Amino acid sequence: MKLIYEKSQPGRRGLGVPRPEGLEPPEVPAHLARKTPPRLPELAEPEVLRHFTKLSTRNFGIDTGFYPLGSCTMKYNPRINERVVGLPGFARLHPLVEDDAAQGALELEWHLQEILREVTGLDAVSLQPAAGSQGELTGLMLFHAYFADKGEDEQRTKIVIPDTAHGTNPASVTMAGYELTPVKTDARGNIDVEDLRGKVDEHTAGLMLTNPSTLGLFDENIEAIRDIFHGAGALMYYDGANLNAVCGISRPGDMGFDVVHINLHKTFSQPHGGGGPGGGPIAVRASLAPFLPVPVVARDGATFRLDYDLPKSIGKVRAFSGPFGVFVRSYAFMRSYGPALREMSEVAVLNANYLLARLKDAYDLPFDRLCMHEFVLSARTLKREHGVSALDVAKRLMDYGFHPPTIYFPLIVPEALMIEPTESEARETLDEFIEAMLAIAREAAEDPEVVHSAPHARPVRRLDEVRAAKQPVVRFGFGDHPAEQGAGDRQLEAQKGA
Amino acid sequence: MSYLSLTDADRDAMLAAIGVSSVDELFRDIPAGVRYARELDVPPALTESELQRHMEELAGKNVVDEICFLGAGIYDHYVPAVVDAVLQRGELLTAYTPYQPEMSQGVLQAIFEYQTAICELTGMDVSNASGYDGTTVAADACFVAKHATGRSKIVVTEATNPQVRQVVKTYAPGFGLEVVEVSHEGGVTDPDRVREAAQDAAAVIFQHPNFFGVLENAPELAAAANEAEAMPIAHVDLVSLGVLEAPGVYGCAMAIGEGQSAGNAMSYGGPHYGFLAARSDYIRRLPGRIVGETVDAAGERGYVLTLQTREQHIRREKATSNITTNQTLLALAGLVHLSLLGPQGLRELGETCMALAEHAKRRLQEAGLELLFPEQTTFKEFAVRTGRNAREALQRARAKGVYAGYPLGRDYPGLDDALLVAVTEQRTLTEIERLAEALS
Repeated sequence: MKLIYEKSQPGRRGLGVPRPEGLEPPEVPAHLARKTPPRLPELAEPEVLRHFTKLSTRNFGIDTGFYPLGSCTMKYNPRINERVVGLPGFARLHPLVEDDAAQGALELEWHLQEILREVTGLDAVSLQPAAGSQGELTGLMLFHAYFADKGEDEQRTKIVIPDTAHGTNPASVTMAGYELTPVKTDARGNIDVEDLRGKVDEHTAGLMLTNPSTLGLFDENIEAIRDIFHGAGALMYYDGANLNAVCGISRPGDMGFDVVHINLHKTFSQPHGGGGPGGGPIAVRASLAPFLPVPVVARDGATFRLDYDLPKSIGKVRAFSGPFGVFVRSYAFMRSYGPALREMSEVAVLNANYLLARLKDAYDLPFDRLCMHEFVLSARTLKREHGVSALDVAKRLMDYGFHPPTIYFPLIVPEALMIEPTESEARETLDEFIEAMLAIAREAAEDPEVVHSAPHARPVRRLDEVRAAKQPVVRFGFGDHPAEQGAGDRQLEAQKGA
Repeated sequence: MSYLSLTDADRDAMLAAIGVSSVDELFRDIPAGVRYARELDVPPALTESELQRHMEELAGKNVVDEICFLGAGIYDHYVPAVVDAVLQRGELLTAYTPYQPEMSQGVLQAIFEYQTAICELTGMDVSNASGYDGTTVAADACFVAKHATGRSKIVVTEATNPQVRQVVKTYAPGFGLEVVEVSHEGGVTDPDRVREAAQDAAAVIFQHPNFFGVLENAPELAAAANEAEAMPIAHVDLVSLGVLEAPGVYGCAMAIGEGQSAGNAMSYGGPHYGFLAARSDYIRRLPGRIVGETVDAAGERGYVLTLQTREQHIRREKATSNITTNQTLLALAGLVHLSLLGPQGLRELGETCMALAEHAKRRLQEAGLELLFPEQTTFKEFAVRTGRNAREALQRARAKGVYAGYPLGRDYPGLDDALLVAVTEQRTLTEIERLAEALS
């Protein structure tokens, strides 16, 4: 399919710009004025709309079909939420208006905070972080501030992370200026408590844990883990990526966690948008509240305001009070469920266990337990016996009309297939997916080539990712500056060993 | 609420297949001590029609009918209808990060086109697929600069958006960075002061047009940074880049900014997108997703996420950033808006903003107000002295239906009487008359 730049014709345009009669712009000083116009596309409006419509037909979303991408919680995104976020009272509200002009927005944010406090079992909330990973970083900044306030920041330099953790956890540790202490997983898929005991001491700032873990398993030793960390004076951070399993069933605050981020785009249905936006509010125990980013939303009787007066605040991690449109959608989603958010989690767990029960004979199951909202299978035997990898299974699923699960994660499971159905799916959809997975397992034995060469029914065949990384072409070249296209490649050579 | 499909019969059959007798039993691994026994204490469920009404009531409590001259980083530009139409395509709206390229050619190609547009506008070689907003991309750029130069000082001009500076300062300790600010003189930054501060610095971040709307001597600021071998990083407004020179042309190492001006509603501050672009020297150090061109098994052109060895899911603690979910949908909105404008439209948009802002300056001066920085050339925003506390002046103007601007005293002690006034292409001559009247 052509790029929009390849459809461009000089002189066409899609949007007029008002220009009041008789007004001329002042002259831009010559040394600051643009000399060569940017080569933006030149198309009339109908062609622009058709271009992006055609692109959409080459994409697959939850609206298209089943999308069991483990750890990403691809649930239905209610259309009413899209309608209300566009209400002029929300969409046209400038973030820097005086609080009296934003009472509805602040009230919504305040109610959202209250619901998040209840769901997490914690005391105070900051809505500011823009995504889960930014929530993690913010949480670790709070760790620093908390220990600095106690005079222990220099001493406590280490964060414990299990080997099943999302890659964001260790990346956040580095960005926050902490050192990583890895801890192993035991034979049941829990944190290895014996390994842990030897690794937590007066130099430990805290733990980062996803519970249920990325294996989809609830850590049965969570109370012992809590005692180890709190006994050492350390803090506990809850990666809320898997909160969809436990809403109204078990609360991170009650498990002993001191800081939690909530992925609003996962559990509370902000559409994932092809990669974003997300929302990553954090909830904290009262002892950490003085350090939250500013502003926080406060209530005085019937009025609401942004409070900047937190002398011990870490500062700001994002502009304004956070991604407000995400709050509108997530609050609307919460209000659609009410206390039945518990039922949402129950069904998510029921759906996952149903898939697990029906698939565990055809694929390897590294940890044979009931799962929570997701589970991890392995294509290890298929690989060994038929040369069919997790990647092959994923690509073949596309031919059956499904988005593949997450693959090769968590890292401790070889040939991992991480499957998360969410609560949104009808039983018939789950059955169709099961039939497809079973059929692929049979194909692996009977006709492995059809699996190896999948997908066969997508707009493109399997893509060469190695070539893309070796010879990076990361922008359209307009056919006239090949030298620039190769620049990244030369740089690759130059930076080797750096 | 009707987002759940399972019937009682479905549940029974599924529980039987699992081999448990109740849904409760599925949770048996959760220790009793951490189970939540009560019903969640949250507001009751609403039907769709009740929800619509409730949300309309909340939205109705916000004031959005005052004429908007408020900017300070977020602007009341027009968002074309085609943007809404594209963003509501469920295939794009309800997809996630294109980890599986054969399922995601639509989003991947759109990001590739977005990266191209950002590179064209900024004069850079490579753009990522978006950052969270115009503040966090500045922190990201600091991380790149620290590792690219091995230095640990960041210089940022005081005339850079205060929220950008605050986010950089919040991130800096974790990165092991020290932040030094260079003050402005009469609304602009003196390149000599930058030259001095840039010694041993990893980067110099400056905003152009700056927070006061003033055109900086950007090429000189970039040169001052380059002389000290610090990376010049320009924080720019996409809407200005039809009339103002691209940062890549005047020697910047990176260009960053808030993308809201292109394609996004103000929406009380988000979600929007931050853009981040760099010279090819830094391609392996950039944070976030990058889409690259390749071929499929049949030799046809296609697109994939690339250079992923920079990223957290591969590199973990050695990654260039922890970013995962980004702002792709909002960046797509920007691409659609820019595609509708084209080069000519973008230039006209910048010119109209400039012309209207200049007209507003004249009318305010004629109404007896003084400009804060009368000597400077500005783009779509300028600062005016109100002759009293600017917040009082603002409230008086609001009583006349005009949201006249941003009180600079919120961020700049000593400028308590100054109001920062933004004029986009959406403002009319009549509205500018009402502004002059409301502030006089």
